[in-house]
Order: sequence, then structure tokens, then C-alpha cells
Amino acid sequence: MAVRAGKQTFIFENGVYYLSGASIVGKKEGQGPLGMGFDTVLEDDLWEEDSYEKAERKMFAQALSKAAEKAKLEQNNIDLIIGGDLLNQIISASFAARDFNAPFFGIYGACSNMAQSLLLGSCLINAGYCTNILCATSSHFSSAERQYRYPLEFGNQRTPTAQWTVTGAGAAVLSCVKSGVHITSATVGKIIDMGIKDGNNMGAAMAPAAADTLAAYFSDTGSKPEDFDLIVTGDLGLLGKDIAIELLEKKGYDVRPRMNDCGCMIFDQSQDVHMGGSGCGCSASVLNSHLFNSLTAGIYKKILFAATGAMLSPTSSLQGESIPSICHAICIEGAKI
Amino acid sequence: MIWMFIKVFIVGGLICVIGQILMDKTNITPARVLVGFVTLGAILTGLGIYEPLVKFAGSGATVPLLGFGYTLAKGAIEAVERDGFLGVFTGGLTATSAGIAAAILFGFLNAVVFSSKTKN
Repeated sequence: MAVRAGKQTFIFENGVYYLSGASIVGKKEGQGPLGMGFDTVLEDDLWEEDSYEKAERKMFAQALSKAAEKAKLEQNNIDLIIGGDLLNQIISASFAARDFNAPFFGIYGACSNMAQSLLLGSCLINAGYCTNILCATSSHFSSAERQYRYPLEFGNQRTPTAQWTVTGAGAAVLSCVKSGVHITSATVGKIIDMGIKDGNNMGAAMAPAAADTLAAYFSDTGSKPEDFDLIVTGDLGLLGKDIAIELLEKKGYDVRPRMNDCGCMIFDQSQDVHMGGSGCGCSASVLNSHLFNSLTAGIYKKILFAATGAMLSPTSSLQGESIPSICHAICIEGAKI
Repeated sequence: MIWMFIKVFIVGGLICVIGQILMDKTNITPARVLVGFVTLGAILTGLGIYEPLVKFAGSGATVPLLGFGYTLAKGAIEAVERDGFLGVFTGGLTATSAGIAAAILFGFLNAVVFSSKTKN
């Protein structure tokens, strides 16, 4: 039976299990506070390829393989791959999926891709259409920089509110086969646009979307922030995180003691990343390393993972449009120890 | 001699400070700051304001991007005086041709020799 709570939240009653998580990151991310938890840390972010785009899709494919391997799945046991990335026409996801003989859904939710793929995957597992689903996403500093901002050779300065696109990929295996970590509910976010136009201040643009989705989750499910060990947003950065906390306070939810943000966790302030990390690979690599491991080990019993996405394009930015943003929230519960 | 260095440093530095403030405190993109500076340099030269600054601070005024606008406008004005109306179109590029050709040549050579690198 499919169950919906409130207007936006799906409850997964039939058992959606999170079998494994895999993560690959670049050198800078490896030097950050979570460096030890990643499966692979690249020495060179070209990874023996001749373009950053090729390196990114290699990370994507390797994350998929690694997650499948950790879940002890053969290729023919993968019923579906759901993935997306930041590059035009989501070439990292679809090109990487060439190597897998499996049905494929390409999605785009900007940096919310990890939550979006997990949410869709959970629906399909809960409904009984699939046994094993691979969910993945990636981003690469250098491919994103030249698509969204400037050529690397231009050497432009980064503004104080800018964030650093994470070079990284994360993949997860969802399954109806029982294991410790499982997904119990999820909230589909709405597009929220408060009129922020500065592409170098995406944290502020996305914070209202995060607050809206988290508030919707609490109200739909009747839960409270205290029910969670951690409420973790995707890539709001330092500024966006504070804005989201304030907005939630105004809505009557005190999340401050439990709230963190993958963009704030992945880098240290000494790494000169300004407001923190961003990009699909930010929340994907943090979720599929540090957070998944903590859930498996029982350090966290219940977390709310809310990846955020800024749905801008280089064209819309140049035309002076504001930044529509989205956030999807996934409730992940750990092994009962 | 020393006094000239000081003048160049102060005027050139102030122009750069304006650019830095525009980038840090407004959401004007770096590309717009660049284009804005060139245009402003040309306008100020046309109004006769920039020439005295160049005489005062030398390369402090000609090396920043405003100086490129200054060369464009000055070239056009001189060409009009020499060749008449056609100088409006030929003067600017003639005066800046050395800089433009050098930028293309060295840009090309750099692209041949080096490949792009990730920032650290």
C-alpha cells in the first residue's frame, strides 16, 4: 500500500533498504575534515583523462560500480539506475550509464540530485517494481566552473559569498532486500524563488527552499526536529545554513542544535572555500561516506537528509533571471542496535 | 623619479581598489567590470578628463583597463583630425593594434603550450 502524509510526503511502509554507499572525491575534498571516510580520493582530478568532463563521468561510473560491489550485486541484478549531474544534458550520468547493461532514468534537480534519485528509487522499491536500484550523482569543480562561470584560464576572483563546487561522486544501492539502514519517508519539495539573482550567492537562494521542505516534512509527518539525530542540508554553505535555521525558527521549528550542512562539513575554513562546498557531489559524497557509515555504525539512529538545488542555467543567469530553488528531504533510519 | 613611482602606485592602485570593491560589494560580474572600465576610460578621454590623469600618473593610468579605453578614444580622436570622419572607425583599432595582436599571439601560444588546470 502506498501511503501519503499531508500534501508532499510519501511514507514507505514496505521496506526500502539502503544497502550500500560509495563515494569518490578529488584531492581538495580528501584533505578536508571528512577525508578519511571516502572510498577513493583522487590525486589528480583529471584522473588520466584528457578532459574534466571525461574525468567526471569516470567518477560517476566508478561510484556506481563501487556501490554495486559493496552491495555484492552483479550487473544483471541491477534493475534500474537513476542519476543526474550538473553538466548540460546530464552527460556525466547518461554517458557513464553506457557501461552498465541496465535501464536508466536521467534526472535533473541540480545539487538536489542525490535526494531526488533516492526519493524516486524509494517509490519504485516500495511499489514493488524493482528489487535493486542504483542512485548516483556527481559534480566536478573544473567542469562546473567552465560551464556556469568562467573558463579556468580566465583566473577570475571568487566573491565572498561564493561556494566551491565539490569534485566528487556518490552512489547508493536501494533494495527491498532487508538490511540495517532504511528509508522510511520522504518529502518532495516545491520550487521556491525569493528573487535572489546573484549566482555567487546560491546558499541564500536555496535556503528558503530548504526551510519550506523541512517545515513541510515536520508538519506532514507530525514529527519534530528533536526526533532526529541530525538534520543535514545539501550545500547551503555557512550563510545559507544560518538563513535556513532562522527561517525555520520563524515557522516554529528549532533545528539549530541538530542542523548541519554537507557544504559546511566537507571543507575546513582554512581551505579557502569561502562559504563552503556545493555541487551534486557535495551532498552525494558526504551522504554515501560519513553519514551512511554513521548510520551503519549506530552513531546516528535517524537523520533527515535534505539536498538542495539551485535550478539556474548559465543562460538564465546572463539574462538576469532570479534563481528558482528546490529541496527534497529523505528520512533515513539506521540499523536498530 | 621616486615621486613618479609613488604617483603611479597610488593612481593605479586606486583604480584597482574601485574594481575590487565593485566585485566584492556588488553583484556586478567580473566581465562587466572589465567592459565597464574600458568604456569608462574611453568616455573620460573623450570628455578630456583622462588625458591630464595620464600626464600626472603615467602608467598608473595607462596600464589598468581604463588605459585601454583611453588609447582607443585617443586613437580615434587623432585619426579624425588626420583623416576626417573615417578616423572614427579606423583610429581606435590602429592605436590599440599592438596590444590586441600581442594578446592574440600570446594567448594562442599559451593555449598551445599549456593546458587548463584546476584551481587549488
